[in-house]
Amino acid sequence: MAIRIFVPRDATACALGADEVAKFIRKGAEGRGLEVEVFRNGSRGAAWLEPLVEVETDAGRLAFGPVAAGDVPGLFEAGFPGEADHMLSLGFVDEIPWLARQQRLTFARAGLGDPLSLENYDSLEGFKGLERALILDPQAIVDEIKKSGLRGRGGAAFPTGIKWQTVLDAPSDNDNKQKYIVCNADEGDSGTFADRLLMESDPYQLIEGMTIAGLAVGATEGFIYLRSEYPHCAKVLEEAISRAEQAAYLGDDIRGTGKAFRIDLRIAAGAYICGEETSLLDSLEGKRGMVRFKPPLPAIKGLMGLPTVVNNVLSLAAVSTILARGAAHYRDFGTGRSRGTLTVQLSGNIKRGGLVELPFGATLRELVEDFGGGTASDRPARAIQVGGPLGTYLPESQWDVALDYEALAEIGGMLGHGGVVVFDDTVDMAQQARFAMEFCAVESCGKCTPCRVGSVRGVEVIDRIVAGKEREFNLALLDDLCDTLVEGSLCAMGGLTPYPVRSALEHFQEDFKR
Amino acid sequence: MQASAVSLQEIVESVIASHRGKVGALLPVLHAIQDKLGHVPKQAVPMIAQAMSLSRAEVHGVMSFYHDFRDEPAGKNIIHLCRAEACQAMGSRELERHVMDRLGIGYGETTADGLVSLEPVYCLGNCACTPSIRINDDIHARVTGQKFDELINRLEAEG
Repeated sequence: MAIRIFVPRDATACALGADEVAKFIRKGAEGRGLEVEVFRNGSRGAAWLEPLVEVETDAGRLAFGPVAAGDVPGLFEAGFPGEADHMLSLGFVDEIPWLARQQRLTFARAGLGDPLSLENYDSLEGFKGLERALILDPQAIVDEIKKSGLRGRGGAAFPTGIKWQTVLDAPSDNDNKQKYIVCNADEGDSGTFADRLLMESDPYQLIEGMTIAGLAVGATEGFIYLRSEYPHCAKVLEEAISRAEQAAYLGDDIRGTGKAFRIDLRIAAGAYICGEETSLLDSLEGKRGMVRFKPPLPAIKGLMGLPTVVNNVLSLAAVSTILARGAAHYRDFGTGRSRGTLTVQLSGNIKRGGLVELPFGATLRELVEDFGGGTASDRPARAIQVGGPLGTYLPESQWDVALDYEALAEIGGMLGHGGVVVFDDTVDMAQQARFAMEFCAVESCGKCTPCRVGSVRGVEVIDRIVAGKEREFNLALLDDLCDTLVEGSLCAMGGLTPYPVRSALEHFQEDFKR
Repeated sequence: MQASAVSLQEIVESVIASHRGKVGALLPVLHAIQDKLGHVPKQAVPMIAQAMSLSRAEVHGVMSFYHDFRDEPAGKNIIHLCRAEACQAMGSRELERHVMDRLGIGYGETTADGLVSLEPVYCLGNCACTPSIRINDDIHARVTGQKFDELINRLEAEG
């Protein structure tokens, strides 16, 4: 029987040469007369080990990584695909501590098999949540989500069940009583890639979660708004949606129940602001992605003015687990009001970067030091930005904070979408503060003056401070400007841009003196 | 490019026809035209406006709001260089200088030989293996100056 070999196909693995590695393995096996089957699996999220090649054996899967194409001949010489005595040999994949120490719910399936295989998804508890949702009435589904304690994983951490209840209760004044499910897959925060990883490695989980959401609130149409920076992901989703339709997991008659739900994949066009839910809705309507006033909430007047659930990829994915295993199972993970698991993305200057899923409660230091293994440059870490480009920069004195919504908020930070970007001691924090303002200037939708103009002024003021021009005056001016942005902006773009700026000023003042 | 054989008007009409009835079809329409032609020509704006019952200002407003849409042709290859934090933490600012020196162009520009257009991007979702760049639809990880030069040499060899 052919030996089964797995080479990941997600964007990071491919960016590190996985396609070539797969080709070299096929060729190498052919040259040696070995019968192998090379599968392209999703990624387990251990980006530091990518391309992570796995070989199926009776005792488990043997792992090798990170494998470059040039390593393949040497691996074969050392005994690959058998147990090879090679420096890239990692033993059994399930025993790699970085993976074994995680507790995966949402990412349990990621990397196990071909992400597009429905049979594979089915065999790994896939569609169990949907099966249950198909026989529950809408209120029972919403109750289950409420009981689970699930909060929006996009960043705002709003209780998902309450949002769904609002949409379920909202009357639709459309002739067809249409409501919508919108998946926010505009994962724009630097340092985050969990949504991408899920969609590329386990796309059916998102499709299942969206369908359950549709059943719960009475929506038959869903949209995935995917950022255009993820071309790889778009291909996977397109194919997954088409296969799900063919197998009647989507369509007018889901698995013969007479219930309907369809998903339309929409590609964004490179505007960070469209990750904000109301500007996303404007963009989906074919307009400029301008932020809307709230109220009305999208749950009451959303897409085309109709009741709309807007949820992040991970929130919708978690829904399938909650329905499959029950609210209590999910709720039992976590701490305080942060229930379930947290998906942290370790990135930037870090030795062992990738996706770590754990129950809420681990500290930032545990993640960065134990999982991350310190900086990639082997220099001391100096600042960690948590929560994306609008998140605060934390100095070492704050790294013992627990990574949950409330603990971070207490120190003026935010968890956001779980991005953790590590910088070593070569970082110039004045430059980082300036970039926060610059980014806001580039990506502001332009609706609010404090954000549109204040960000440009912010860059100029920081430049003057760094140049030593009227220092005290300009520091006071910057502080005042930050207040104006926080108080005078409709959405988080202008409202949170001062956070990285102020944290840099507060904790790394010396960088602003030249 | 087959644009000369099929008129712009026909392309615009066929694209719009294939998106008829869709909620908020303008972005998918602009993407489809750009996928076919490499850009959305200025002359297409009134055609799109007319066919979709929008004003020209609305179409232009949408075109100019989003970073992705261009009304001039790009080079044969588009390179997106990530400028965001996770890449900065691994030296993307130095890489940026190197890239601009090597290509002799800045953001939004195309090399004289038409081989490469350079664009900034804010995150490619490859943040654990940075700095990242995108060449057309391929992402490249842990890009150094040397690795960038190799990639460019390959593009030049392909012509």
